[in-house]
Amino acid sequence: MNKIWLIIKREFTTRVRKRSFLVVTLLVPLFFAAMVVVPILIATNTKEEKRIAVIDDSHLFMNRFSDDKGVYYKYLINTSVDTFQHKYADYGYAGLLYIPELDIDRPGGITYYSNAQPGLAVESRLTRRVNNLIEEERLKKANIDAAQLKAVKSDISIDFKTGEEGKKGSSAVAYGVGYASGFIIYIILMFFGMSVMRGVMEEKVSRIAEVMISSVKPFQLMMGKIIGIAAVGLLQFLIWVVLIVCVQLILPLFLPTDAVAAMSEGGAMMQSGSNAAVIEAMEKIQFVVGSINWTVIITCFIFYFLGGYLFYSALFAAVGSLVNEDPTDAQALTFPITLPIIIGIMVMISSVQNPTGPLAFWGSIIPFTSPMVMMARIPYGVPGTVPYWQLGLSMSLLILGFLFTTWMAGKIYRTGILLYGKKITWKEAIKWIGRKS
Amino acid sequence: MNLIEIKHLRKDYATHKAVDDISFVIPKGSIFGLLGPNGAGKTTLLRMITGIFYPDQGEILFNGRPFDARTDIHSIGYMPEERGLYKKMKVGEQTLYLAQLKGMSEKDAKDKIKYWFDKFEINNWYNKKVEELSKGMHQKVQFISTIMHSPQLLILDEPFSGLDPINANLIKQEIFDLSKNGTTIIFSTHRMEQVEEICDRIVLVNQGKKLLDGEVKQIKQSFKQHLFRIEVGVMPNFAQMATYHFSIIKQEGLAYTVKLSEGSTTNDILMHFIRHEIPVTFFQEILPSINEVFIQQVTSIANETIGITNESQPAYS
Repeated sequence: MNKIWLIIKREFTTRVRKRSFLVVTLLVPLFFAAMVVVPILIATNTKEEKRIAVIDDSHLFMNRFSDDKGVYYKYLINTSVDTFQHKYADYGYAGLLYIPELDIDRPGGITYYSNAQPGLAVESRLTRRVNNLIEEERLKKANIDAAQLKAVKSDISIDFKTGEEGKKGSSAVAYGVGYASGFIIYIILMFFGMSVMRGVMEEKVSRIAEVMISSVKPFQLMMGKIIGIAAVGLLQFLIWVVLIVCVQLILPLFLPTDAVAAMSEGGAMMQSGSNAAVIEAMEKIQFVVGSINWTVIITCFIFYFLGGYLFYSALFAAVGSLVNEDPTDAQALTFPITLPIIIGIMVMISSVQNPTGPLAFWGSIIPFTSPMVMMARIPYGVPGTVPYWQLGLSMSLLILGFLFTTWMAGKIYRTGILLYGKKITWKEAIKWIGRKS
Repeated sequence: MNLIEIKHLRKDYATHKAVDDISFVIPKGSIFGLLGPNGAGKTTLLRMITGIFYPDQGEILFNGRPFDARTDIHSIGYMPEERGLYKKMKVGEQTLYLAQLKGMSEKDAKDKIKYWFDKFEINNWYNKKVEELSKGMHQKVQFISTIMHSPQLLILDEPFSGLDPINANLIKQEIFDLSKNGTTIIFSTHRMEQVEEICDRIVLVNQGKKLLDGEVKQIKQSFKQHLFRIEVGVMPNFAQMATYHFSIIKQEGLAYTVKLSEGSTTNDILMHFIRHEIPVTFFQEILPSINEVFIQQVTSIANETIGITNESQPAYS
């Protein structure tokens, strides 16, 4: 045990002291912070002004285009579209909206002239505005009061309550959290799995393996590496959690004041328009925090992160022990291991949309895919969507699974690590498993 | 007293027998040469002695008891032919780590590091990364980390490959010192001139089988061809050299290589020269070098196998 501890310590300290560890550990939360901050900054700082000229030969929409979000409409009278459509840019207009004489029941020929592509947002906004105005005209023609119609229209949202306690939940939130955690597990499996493989390859190629094996058992060497790298991963995860919490606390200080106000006052600033998206996002985050059982999710996340990592990293270690000097061998050898992980992420994407379907069920039970797929299902609710027996079965199978892969990988590793020069195939390696010690 | 006794050891690989019924003993305190061409099974044999491999059959006794990898590996220092250290680790940390894995406490290991680094005058390397070292420096560090825990048995697989003469001499001197202090040393190589210089006993293996073992002196004696070198003061004429006591194999100026005839003695040769009043300035028996024994033993077996295959092939004529 003492030796395995020495190995864990070495694997841990050499990795943590590397400059790349610091860089990755600090850059990832910065990246996440940027993902939150940049859209908000862009949303609040777009002060771009656009002037659009309107020529209305139908005289139906006189001054009914109101300005919004930095777009100003200028209603031109007594101007001919034929001449002005070549000149609007000279007058500082971004484009020209032309409305010909209209039959309100069969409108047509409305045209927008511009030099540059107006962009999807402007296009849809213009189309919606014109359609709204035409609708209003039609209502007027049919003698229906617009205010009355508005009062009749229904715009409610259903509260979806799940589970026996009738806890308020949201599929959208569960979807988001499930997708994110499934994806993070996928990245962890790949990233740390490859890290284990590279570590084993380094030991084999630099020939230190033989020196080591004369002091420790191959299994100790393999497990020491796997556990050491797991500790690095956990430390990194912990730092990220702390940093993300800090960033969220510090974040408001760096944001423009109206965004901060939007955050603190929530819906009160709806009318400011440009902040609607921000407020919506903030409300959603508050809702997420309230509607999800974070204890269950974080506990399960750590379990599936460790379980999945142990399950796959042993296999990655076995691959590392098979690789020789030629690194291209590694690609062919890793394929049978990366394939189930990729299948797992695909099953996860489908399961997060249908968390109770048969694909989601089997995907979350079989240890090859369960770390990713189960994490996608859990935010939908335990025991509502995922009954306790399924969670229990999935967890036990994952534990049995990693015991099995570790045992198997240990056998392959023991032989592979000391075999130089020869190209080894999976077929040969599988034969080693059956060999007695 | 034997430190190691190897009894009918066997290890099979999928395609061939790597070690096929090999037995020998290694006396305590000896410098023991394990010789054989590439692929003879030396490394497999060493890996079984170091507990890396389990033998398929046979037994290894260590200090008279069956070898137990869990405890006995702490008494062994093994420097494999395929050398390696963690490239990104610092020299000092690396040696400390390897010593701790051999069961040393951190404090003992640090004291030993100081002792050996002083002795090899490499104190200023302590904080250097292994990848910054030259091949010879690398080798020195590897050697130190092998002997740090004062093993009873030191196994060196081709220890001088890649070393310049000065460093090779340093390590050789260290091997002699360790041997004087009671360390048993197994020295695996195919460089024969080193064997004669260093080893007390050898075992010669080829294709997984033991060809011979014993003391170096005895082996040389048993393979002697009864050849002698004689140097003379004046050039004898042809008739003066004719005798049934010996035949001339080679002549270089005033030096002759002669083969003693059966039934004759060295004194017969000397008497012959004395009778012809030819002054003898030098006389010595020529013993075969281990290299010659090695080549003769290995090729005679190779020839046998070639002979068999030739018979099955149609002759060209």
